[in-house]
Amino acid sequence: MYSKSSDSDNVLAYKVRIGVYMILIYALVYFGFIVINISNPLLMEKIIFSGLNLAVVYGIGLIVFALILAFIYNSMCSKKEAESNNNMFSKKGGK
Amino acid sequence: MSLLPFFIFVIFVGMVLWLSFYFAKQTKTSQGYFAANGEIHWIVNGVAFSGDYLSAASFLGICGMIATVGYDGFLYSIGYLAGWMVALFVVAEPMKRLGKYTFSGILDSKFNSKAIRLTAGVSTLIISIFYLIPQMVGAGALVTPLLGLPHYVGVIMVGLIVITIVATAGMTSTTYVQFLKGSLLIFFSIVLCIFILIQGLNTEPDQGGKVPFYKYATIQAQLQGNEILPVDTSYIKKGEITNQKLTFLKLSKDDVQTWWLKDIDLKGDIILKETQSEVRLSNGEFFINGKPASKDNQLRQVGNLEKIGGESGEQAKTGSVNPFKFLSYFSDKNTVVKRWESNLFKDGDDKVTVYYPIETPGNKILRPGLKFKVEGSLSEKLDFISLMLALFFGTAALPHILIRYLTVKTPADARKSTIVAVASIGFFYILTLFMGLGAMSSGVLNLTSSNMSAPLLAKSFGILLFSMISAIAFATVLGTVSGLLVAAAGAVAHDFMGTFGGISMTDKQKVIAGKITAFSVGIIAIILGILFKGMNVSFLVGWAFAVAASANLPAIIMVLFWKKTTAKGIVASVIVGIFTALGMILLSPSMYTHYGLNPDLAPIPFSNPGIISIPLSFLTIVVISLLTQKRNKVLTG
Repeated sequence: MYSKSSDSDNVLAYKVRIGVYMILIYALVYFGFIVINISNPLLMEKIIFSGLNLAVVYGIGLIVFALILAFIYNSMCSKKEAESNNNMFSKKGGK
Repeated sequence: MSLLPFFIFVIFVGMVLWLSFYFAKQTKTSQGYFAANGEIHWIVNGVAFSGDYLSAASFLGICGMIATVGYDGFLYSIGYLAGWMVALFVVAEPMKRLGKYTFSGILDSKFNSKAIRLTAGVSTLIISIFYLIPQMVGAGALVTPLLGLPHYVGVIMVGLIVITIVATAGMTSTTYVQFLKGSLLIFFSIVLCIFILIQGLNTEPDQGGKVPFYKYATIQAQLQGNEILPVDTSYIKKGEITNQKLTFLKLSKDDVQTWWLKDIDLKGDIILKETQSEVRLSNGEFFINGKPASKDNQLRQVGNLEKIGGESGEQAKTGSVNPFKFLSYFSDKNTVVKRWESNLFKDGDDKVTVYYPIETPGNKILRPGLKFKVEGSLSEKLDFISLMLALFFGTAALPHILIRYLTVKTPADARKSTIVAVASIGFFYILTLFMGLGAMSSGVLNLTSSNMSAPLLAKSFGILLFSMISAIAFATVLGTVSGLLVAAAGAVAHDFMGTFGGISMTDKQKVIAGKITAFSVGIIAIILGILFKGMNVSFLVGWAFAVAASANLPAIIMVLFWKKTTAKGIVASVIVGIFTALGMILLSPSMYTHYGLNPDLAPIPFSNPGIISIPLSFLTIVVISLLTQKRNKVLTG
């Protein structure tokens, strides 16, 4: 659907697919936080470790998890782009 | 007024203006004005993203909300960051690939529809204005303690400086201002957090010896017949008011009239707790805590822990603490926080605002529930869900965030700069928890506005830190407002005049049209910024997110991922999203409070519209697109 692609369709489709998987994983964890809060809010007071309760661990965890997923996503996309560039280079070289 | 804050303020504003004029010389084309020629490095762009995003709402609003309602303020940090995941995983690369300036440009990439450009342009303008209001309110809140000027002066000052910035250089200067400001904001927030942890916690904070800790009195009372009277006869009862289920007694001692909150102690005896009060007489005279208001008689700053892990006084002093220990004290059910709420009522012809203390255990502070009643009624739970939905879906649809994807060279750069943004913004948001809780426990809170909590906390550590933090916060407002005005300018120059108005403009004319728009929207923002004084800026930004998530995001996602999307579906979805979100906000309990009406009478039971408006907008685009499929095929075929 993108009109000005510089990547091959293959790479683009891969990145879109990975992006959708990533957002679904993150949304699941994010909405889990919402569900616990409205269904069993007292659970959020439970101390998990080092005197920190579930609300703090889950809340900060969501921020850290976002960063981890972002790195994984970037690494997967960059790897695919590099592979695609190498393939294009070797095809050109072959000619 | 101290000279140091003034000089630091002038240096910061001067630096921002210099950057603008410097880059103005390099901006020759509309591509340069609206998208910095796509030549910004991805790291600079990523930090500038964080500069854009860490607006007054994040620094002033979230810290202020955490300082007053604990974890519920941190929900904004969580939600704001989660929104970046949608931006990164779903929108970043496709948007960059489409290479469009504006929201309408993205939507219109598939259809050549004037209706799309018009509705999307209107939507961009409305969201920009909604986002501008809290920035302006924040600016007004900052200049009062920083420069000793009234709120409206701050708002006008920001408006004029930003209009100058945007009217000169556009996106390049905005990017470098945001880069500089984003870096400095994070650096000085780290410094502030280190100070908080080194200082530790105690139950009688005195701002480093600068402001003596004030102990609020509690006196015994008894029932005589049906009347509550203080046991200590040196207090003479002058009146009694029950409002919103709370009873306040007006007592006089030494000719000073003060208000006291009736409560019951652990033994079941009646007690009266000292409050703070503002009383405006019908003749215009204004009293604070029973004495005429003056420079020396203002409301006292508040916020302290009554108990730390069950201890109070000298035994409770923690000394320096590590970050985990700091948070664990606030999670402890044996820690007691003294928070303050307000109650407004009329005493005869006098208008009275009483600020009264509430003691809240730690286990209730560090979990949702004090503002968003997750244990309350269905509508209160829906309000919470609604907020979290709007924050999740709103970020990727904000116009000044969207345009920043265009300032880098490639889609991969857009992705990398988003990751830099996620890292720096996420780190800053974790700091907000420490700054907010630090303000909550340090006796620095201003009872009339939560927005100044973080700068006032910095002030307790010294005037230099306060000056730096406040000047950066002011620059934050300048940068964010500049970005929003460029987005609004783009919407008008490209969408309204260039296409819908049928006016064919040259490149230079487009830039001039953009600058005129920036000026007009800037003036509107100044007026609204003055009108919304006193509301928490993060709460206001929550509304901007709700409008963006309802009006823009369904259209963006569907045009990128659903082949059956039609032009009519997009137009209908944007219109439904804007009107539903705006209508629900205007009829919400929060706005009723702002109108001076009883919030219980508001027709909409919750203050955040996202839970209704976002699904409705998605539903509209699907239904209308399906209904217009045949015509669409005929047209495209």
